[in-house]
Amino acid sequence: MDAKLKRNYILTGVAVLILALFLFWAGKNLDGYKIQILNLIAVNIILALSLNLIYGFTGLFSLGHAGFMAIGAYTCSLLILPAAQKHAMYILQAPMWPFSVMHAPFFLAILIAGLVAALFGIIIGFPVLRLGGDYLGIATLGFAEIIRVVANNIPRVTNGALGLKGIPPYSNLWWNYGWCLLTLYVIIRLVKSNFGNTLKAIRDDEVAARAMGIDTFRCRMTSFVIGAFFAGVGGALLASLITTIDPKMFNFILTFNVLMIVVAGGLGSITGTVLAGVVITVLLEWLRFVENPVTIGSLTLQGVPGMRMVVFSVALLFIILFRHQGIMGKREFNWDWFLGLFRRRGEAR
Amino acid sequence: MLRISDLNVHYGGIHAIKGISIEVPRGKIVTLIGANGAGKSSTLRAVAGLVHKSSGSVLFDGREIGKLAAEDIVKAGITMAPEGRRIFPHLTVLENLMLGAYSRSDQKGIARDIDWVYELFPRLKERTWQKGGTLSGGEQQMLAVGRALMGSPKLIMLDEPSLGLAPLLVKEVFGIIKTINDEGKTVLLVEQNAYAALKIAHAAYVLEVGSIVLSGTGEELLRNPKVREAYLGG
Repeated sequence: MDAKLKRNYILTGVAVLILALFLFWAGKNLDGYKIQILNLIAVNIILALSLNLIYGFTGLFSLGHAGFMAIGAYTCSLLILPAAQKHAMYILQAPMWPFSVMHAPFFLAILIAGLVAALFGIIIGFPVLRLGGDYLGIATLGFAEIIRVVANNIPRVTNGALGLKGIPPYSNLWWNYGWCLLTLYVIIRLVKSNFGNTLKAIRDDEVAARAMGIDTFRCRMTSFVIGAFFAGVGGALLASLITTIDPKMFNFILTFNVLMIVVAGGLGSITGTVLAGVVITVLLEWLRFVENPVTIGSLTLQGVPGMRMVVFSVALLFIILFRHQGIMGKREFNWDWFLGLFRRRGEAR
Repeated sequence: MLRISDLNVHYGGIHAIKGISIEVPRGKIVTLIGANGAGKSSTLRAVAGLVHKSSGSVLFDGREIGKLAAEDIVKAGITMAPEGRRIFPHLTVLENLMLGAYSRSDQKGIARDIDWVYELFPRLKERTWQKGGTLSGGEQQMLAVGRALMGSPKLIMLDEPSLGLAPLLVKEVFGIIKTINDEGKTVLLVEQNAYAALKIAHAAYVLEVGSIVLSGTGEELLRNPKVREAYLGG
């Protein structure tokens, strides 16, 4: 048993090393567009993992992810923008103290962004986590909308509808994949722990869980707040990655994209979330060709903006219809399975 | 040990339990029998703190527990195997049992109780790494009872443990309830299988639409003509 554990640690270490080598190679050899997609993959995986913890493992149908992302994005951006730049940018009304002068290094800014999002998670968790099922979905959706509307209407903090521009582009492959691995590590440890089993128990049967003496509210809250933290981190990384944010960006579509990754990967499967994070991010870019004008013979069809979302929604519909448990269902990757793959192939030969 | 007095439970506008009083002495098996909707399960759920009590008191070892939250009632020493088993299908047998011990922190005691439960239910031991959802109905029932025992209760409440089981398994389950009782656990048992329940019970109460209509020892009720007619098929 111990030898196996050691082997798994080594294999995981090797896998991380290969990822690092790949990132090193990618940073040197790929063009900016492809690197951007690689960055988006990492951010999307962080966001989807945090939603999978809330929805897939704890069974809380939360649609408030865009709200937590917005909080994280604004917090981080205001912390890394230089004071002079903020003063120049806020043309409607001057920025309010302390937002006008606060400053922090990038790592700290991300951490604070996550913590502020987590704090909001606690605040809205108290009223809404007592709700179950669809009601929770509606309440959290409302929360995300409130955040968006408020961000639009406090120009002294957020610069209103103009948004923030010229956010320092610190976010790169190393930051994003570093945070992605950290998120992965924390969530795997959490889900495999006794606390993870408690969350699954609450998801599967809340009444039975309460009968076991589990304080379901506290457990749900913990899961929700950890999820909110990583959603805030994801939002912060995203802000620095695309360097421009405004309230309009954090609408329901953003939550929908993350939800799509979680559902397509499999509710309650970390492996599925990672796979779907890669596949869906790549597909969302690749599918842009359906929005281009098409010429068939003498017939020219105008490209329709937003067509890829239609294609995607249809794809999601088919996943739900024919494989509603997602790519992985509740299964997870493990090294035994991976090694077995080679062994079987070797024997066949 | 457990004294329920004048307990009332309302579901919305429905008065489900109408001022019942029940006494469960230490070391005994007490059973509640009655038809569907008589309020048997509601009584257990009210004691476990899973449904809101409109009024009434629940004394456990001389301490009022009527106002406590479900998790504090488990800590006080009352656990329950809920109706319909309600095991956790995506967790293994061992993980299910460990969740039963959620409120405990004595690692040694937990390990000892795992061994004890596996001794009571050898079938669970064979399936220790299997997901709960893949067990047969009988095995799931054993897991539900084992899980409730893992909380190291002074009083264990069993809600219809024979529901949906083949006759042979029903016999086995009742045998195990007796064994658990012999090893010192007080049992509050809710059953539709009135005959089997009354045979092993020291005391019994008959519930009808939210009120207690009869009570006595198990044997008394077995002989009672009204009980025979209504619940034992004449």
